[in-house]
Amino acid sequence: MTASKDTFVNNPLGKDTTLDDVLDGFEFLDDWEERYAFIIDLGKQLPAFPEQARIEENYVHGCQSQVWLTHHYDEDSGKLFLLIDSDAMIVRGLAAIILVALNGKSPRDLLATDIDELFEKLDLFRHISPTRGNGLRAMVGKIRDTAARVAVA
Amino acid sequence: MTDLSVARTAHQSAFDVDAIRRDFPILSQQVNGKPLVYLDNGASAQKPTAVLDAMDRYYREMHSNVHRGAHTLGDRATAAFEGARETVRGFLNAESTREIIWTRGTTEAINLVANGLAPRLKAGDEILVSHMEHHANIVPWQMIAERTGAKVVPIQVTPEGELDLDSFNSLLNDRTRILAITHVSNVLGTVNPVAPLIEQAKARGVVTLLDGAQAVPHYQPDVQALGCDFYVFSAHKLFGPTGIGVLYGKAQLLEEMPPYQGGGEMIERVSFERTTWNTLPYKFEAGTPAIAEAVGLGAAVDYLGGLNRPAMEAAEKALLDRANQLVETVPGMEVIGTAKHKVPVISFKIAGLHPSDIGTLLDQQGIAIRTGHHCAMPLMDFYGVPGTARASFAFYNTLDEVEQLFAALQKVQRLFA
Repeated sequence: MTASKDTFVNNPLGKDTTLDDVLDGFEFLDDWEERYAFIIDLGKQLPAFPEQARIEENYVHGCQSQVWLTHHYDEDSGKLFLLIDSDAMIVRGLAAIILVALNGKSPRDLLATDIDELFEKLDLFRHISPTRGNGLRAMVGKIRDTAARVAVA
Repeated sequence: MTDLSVARTAHQSAFDVDAIRRDFPILSQQVNGKPLVYLDNGASAQKPTAVLDAMDRYYREMHSNVHRGAHTLGDRATAAFEGARETVRGFLNAESTREIIWTRGTTEAINLVANGLAPRLKAGDEILVSHMEHHANIVPWQMIAERTGAKVVPIQVTPEGELDLDSFNSLLNDRTRILAITHVSNVLGTVNPVAPLIEQAKARGVVTLLDGAQAVPHYQPDVQALGCDFYVFSAHKLFGPTGIGVLYGKAQLLEEMPPYQGGGEMIERVSFERTTWNTLPYKFEAGTPAIAEAVGLGAAVDYLGGLNRPAMEAAEKALLDRANQLVETVPGMEVIGTAKHKVPVISFKIAGLHPSDIGTLLDQQGIAIRTGHHCAMPLMDFYGVPGTARASFAFYNTLDEVEQLFAALQKVQRLFA
């Protein structure tokens, strides 16, 4: 599992691409086209998803597209690393924004992060209804469940 | 307004679509800062003012429970409610209002029939459906098959999206008890050649049901000419309210079927020793019905009756033809379902794009379509796609809106390039 551990730890989302980068980027986007082009580009930063992790327990239900989520908890640093994959590009972009906010944090910090506030700040809720089948809620819910489980263990 | 290079070849003459659009108040609004282009009529159609007013007036002036009150309002409500039943009887050309049962919709109507026919089924019997059915015309049959030991057998579909008649001929046999197929496919728009299939099935004593949910917004079916035993549809796709649908059934079969739900209204006499059923259609209408919705459905049928139907069908065909012409303006776009005889519905995929991406970005441009599996997973499996994007048109859509859809799709494609 060491090779895939590197995949987790080297995920640029939340490490090289920070929350500030995303917030700064969004600040200068005027119309929906620029906004979505930016989201789609962020999605291109998702690292390749490990094929062996495409198993039922990693499948995120409640999305129109296929969404997969896997994690690696680094006991030495106490940090939780996440990988997400989807076959829909806008969902990949939303996943990237989620990772920028939550990836590589301690489970406690992750659980304390208000992701709704972030999406409001990005003015995304107005454009991307969390009920519209893009699985925003389902992704965040599964990540928080994972963090809660790791924190207890 | 769009600079699409393919010239129009058809015109919506003899059908004043602008005047018709004024009858549908919801259509004249902005969504995401753009004029709404509503192309999700296959999922649910919009309602004309005539329907809204009829329901409003019903509640303001005549609401009471039906078939009960010894008072004037009760009489008014009953007259409006039963008047709607007569209107629907006329729409379908059924022999009698005894054959018009109110249900919650197509889904409940099929469940009612499946349960009613279950006592006739035994192990080894076959229920013939098709590969293009909506889940509502698959799952209820699977549920009674499970109970009775019968088997649900699908008629194959051709790559163009038509029923494979060789498959039908080879599957219709002495074990077939029920033929339950869709009149029009919700995904493909295919209009199935149901009349000859029903004739063949009837010759073998097979009970026949047509799912008319996607047919009635475009055609007026004549159930006596079709010869089917059951015909079902939902009001909300027929420009009427949600929460009500219709089961047409031949009186003799309905008489033979046991009630579906028990309760008030559906009984003749109740005692702890013996309860007897009410006559048709009330035997299948337990509880207080959706009265205002029935009135609304009646108003929808009346509204449609006031339209020039041949002109409306020609206008719908012009919409479909225009859409088919413009497919080539979007590289990588492929229409799923290219049957010769179609209602104005196009299901499509675009190479490299997920249907949900297409739907989200069209919505940003004010255009409402449906994306996903359309409650037809076996058909999605047949075409090897996780889902499709579907634009489904109604008579109130315009050629301009068709062109806006394609201009918007070009924009979506540029965004992903």
